[in-house]
Amino acid sequence: MNRKKALQAPYLFWSVMFILIPLCMIFYYGFTDKTGAFTLENIMAIATAEHAKALWLSMLLSLVSTVLCLVIAYPLAMILSSMNVSQNSFIVVIFILPMWMNFLLRTLAWQTLLEKTGVINNILSFLHLPALNIINTPPAIILGMVYNFLPFMVLPIYNALVKIDKNVINAAKDLGANQVQTFIRIILPLSIPGVISGITMVFVPALTTFVISTLLGGSKILLIGNVIEQEFTRAGNWYLGSGLSIVLMIFIIVNMVLSSVFDKDGEGAIL
Amino acid sequence: MKKRLIATTAVLCTTIVSLLSGCGASSEGKNGQVIVYNWGEYIDPETITMFEEETGIKVIYDEFETNEIMYPKVETGASLCDVVCPSDYMIQKMIDNDLLAELDFDKLPNATENIGAQYWENSKQFDAENKYSVPYCWGTVGILYNKTMVDEPVTSWSILWNEKYADNILMQDSVRDAFMVALKLNGCSMNSTDEKELEAAMQALIDQKPLVQAYVIDEVRDKMIGGEAALGVIYSGEAIYTQRENPDLEYVIPEEGTNIWIDSWVVPKNAPNMENAHIFIDFMCRPDIALKNFEYITYSTPNEGAKELIEDEDIRNSSIAFPDLSQYDNLETFSYLGEEGDELYNELWKKVKSN
Amino acid sequence: MKNFIKRFYIGIIFVFLYAPIVTLIALSFNSSKTRAKWGGFTFKWYASLLQDEIILQALWNTLIIAFLSSLIATVIGTAACVAMQSMSRKMRALFMGITNIPMLNADIVTGISLMLLYISLGVRFGFSTILLSHITFNIPYVILSVMPRMKQLNPHTYEAALDLGASHVYAFFKVVFPDILPGVLTGFLMAFTMSLDDFIITHFTKGAGIDTLSTKIYTEVKKGIKPEMYALSTIIFIAVICLLLIINIFGKKSAQKDMRQDN
Repeated sequence: MNRKKALQAPYLFWSVMFILIPLCMIFYYGFTDKTGAFTLENIMAIATAEHAKALWLSMLLSLVSTVLCLVIAYPLAMILSSMNVSQNSFIVVIFILPMWMNFLLRTLAWQTLLEKTGVINNILSFLHLPALNIINTPPAIILGMVYNFLPFMVLPIYNALVKIDKNVINAAKDLGANQVQTFIRIILPLSIPGVISGITMVFVPALTTFVISTLLGGSKILLIGNVIEQEFTRAGNWYLGSGLSIVLMIFIIVNMVLSSVFDKDGEGAIL
Repeated sequence: MKKRLIATTAVLCTTIVSLLSGCGASSEGKNGQVIVYNWGEYIDPETITMFEEETGIKVIYDEFETNEIMYPKVETGASLCDVVCPSDYMIQKMIDNDLLAELDFDKLPNATENIGAQYWENSKQFDAENKYSVPYCWGTVGILYNKTMVDEPVTSWSILWNEKYADNILMQDSVRDAFMVALKLNGCSMNSTDEKELEAAMQALIDQKPLVQAYVIDEVRDKMIGGEAALGVIYSGEAIYTQRENPDLEYVIPEEGTNIWIDSWVVPKNAPNMENAHIFIDFMCRPDIALKNFEYITYSTPNEGAKELIEDEDIRNSSIAFPDLSQYDNLETFSYLGEEGDELYNELWKKVKSN
Repeated sequence: MKNFIKRFYIGIIFVFLYAPIVTLIALSFNSSKTRAKWGGFTFKWYASLLQDEIILQALWNTLIIAFLSSLIATVIGTAACVAMQSMSRKMRALFMGITNIPMLNADIVTGISLMLLYISLGVRFGFSTILLSHITFNIPYVILSVMPRMKQLNPHTYEAALDLGASHVYAFFKVVFPDILPGVLTGFLMAFTMSLDDFIITHFTKGAGIDTLSTKIYTEVKKGIKPEMYALSTIIFIAVICLLLIINIFGKKSAQKDMRQDN
């Protein structure tokens, strides 16, 4: 019994100290004003036009990029999972490899690529094609999100697909199912946990980013992450920043509850 | 097995501890240390090395991107520092909130000797008795334009509202600078707290937003060099650098007047190494050091001694680096507007950004 | 035909993923200081990188923080997994719930909450605050990769070892540990990668005088990235590729050996 306690103690201590207490602090700041009195003002501030718009825009952009990630990643994961087993791990690694280049540099490189006089436009004009003008617009931010978070979608789906027993698929075929039927009735349902965890892993960081919108949006597009970041680092209003963080957390919790409805066993792990 | 486990853990722990304490030991020079908190890329790294060699004081150097990011860190004491280099209005705010220590000018002979009288005079706008700050860099804010892309004379801020240059305009991404442009355009003071004037300025910025390519801080430099945009609002110091890289660029101070800013060295009250802070500031005011910094960062120096030493006559007489300020009668320096003023500006700026 | 479409699709995504990286590598050979202009081919940034103490210090900080934080997180996380094995369903659900908080919470909220904690405790921001924060967000990655392995474990082998007279620790390292080792290693690597790549949490919990590569780059973004930074990234990237190739070749050989033994 003591042994068990000794094993769980460090983690218990750690999670209380560095996860739960800090969260309580956010709640404390979020529900008080400068004088330390209780207030709901910081939470209600989400209803003002600027904040509501920022939240709405964040939702929209992250939703679009999550869907795009899914659409791109699913076929990719299927192709990868059907490949020769001995090459498997290496090919998967190829898709995480870009993560070893610094996240900021990778995103910044897209600036060089997308700019009006950037690499892509130089190539396009060389081919006498019309120029691509998406830098500093929402599409550029979506591109940045898809680029940065795609691996988080590919890996869980790939893992779910690899785990499917080939015999089940063969059995379905033996019983006369065609390819489309096998896919819809066997493969798709079995891969749902992977899809759900992929969606969470893409949606949450996309919803809350402030770096991608700053670098690729030219600071013209204000997302909820930017608002919170600016309240803390520029305007110095921690109370409002905390209040908006709480609102953001509520949105994430709703998302989590929704996904746990679909993924009861927690099988859709990324690993 | 158990023994081996314990042995490994012990080795691991000692390594970690020695690593951590190792960091502490190495950060102390033989005459102590000085923690400097400065703008990004705002000093010639060589001058720091020279300082360390000459004085035996180890410099711990950190950078910030905007005054607003720096302020809470110094205020809360979250990162203790000895020397900070904020801008005018922020210095005033720090003085108002009792964050700064009075400087001992007996220990700063280079500063009193070399900094030009006019800069001490200008400093009085935010540091009324010249007690807290020593000017480090100064300059103006103006329009940088690409001669190959703009074919009319640029004389007024109003060109930033010209639809001909839609998607070719770079604006400053900081509250006060952006509002300065709009307020000056409307003929108001850039330190206005009048709600009507500010609402009008906000409306002007909102009207301008569709024409703006991006709100940037220092990225304006790279973008203008690369020909990404035709017009950009820029600090005069950056203008010299960009012109060197791309001769098609030209810098003007608009006729409605502009911001004349000063970044100065100050010492926070809670500075752990007060003595070394003075030594550092004085070192930075030595003419040869100030010259090195001027050549590296290209921001105008208030150091008369350093100006004398500039060899390139074009630069010494450059109207960008050392403009004749007497021909403008509408130049201003930012002052601190109080907490309410700050909040009002921030709120209006957020409205511009979210529009 | 079908194969061609598959290859084409993978190829397009490959280009999409690697275009920015090729760009960065190209920029590291650009003799012009700004990224907006191509000034000719040069190796000079690699030479000046070796003399750039600030960048090298940031690199060292990044590596040591990534290594220490993922190591400590691996130990704490694995211990927690072992402990969770013998917990009641309710307790385990609670533990997993807490584990999920930093995973699912926004980085920005995690970073800010830790910043508020340190400020209220009066801790000086610096190396230790970054390390503590990194351990915090690394533990969940370890737990989430060890837990599935743990579940697949057959509890009877461990009990059998105990019955045969092994001590708890001996039984754990002889019976349980080899089975969960792949999970532990993946967890460690995940944690290491996440720590290397983190910007947001470090941004809020770092103090004066200490920078990781990410925070260094973020300050440089405004002024224009120093070309030495591109050079460094290129070196890191190529080193990782080499490492992977070696592991791959080595892995194949040992796999072949296994096959031969099986035969």
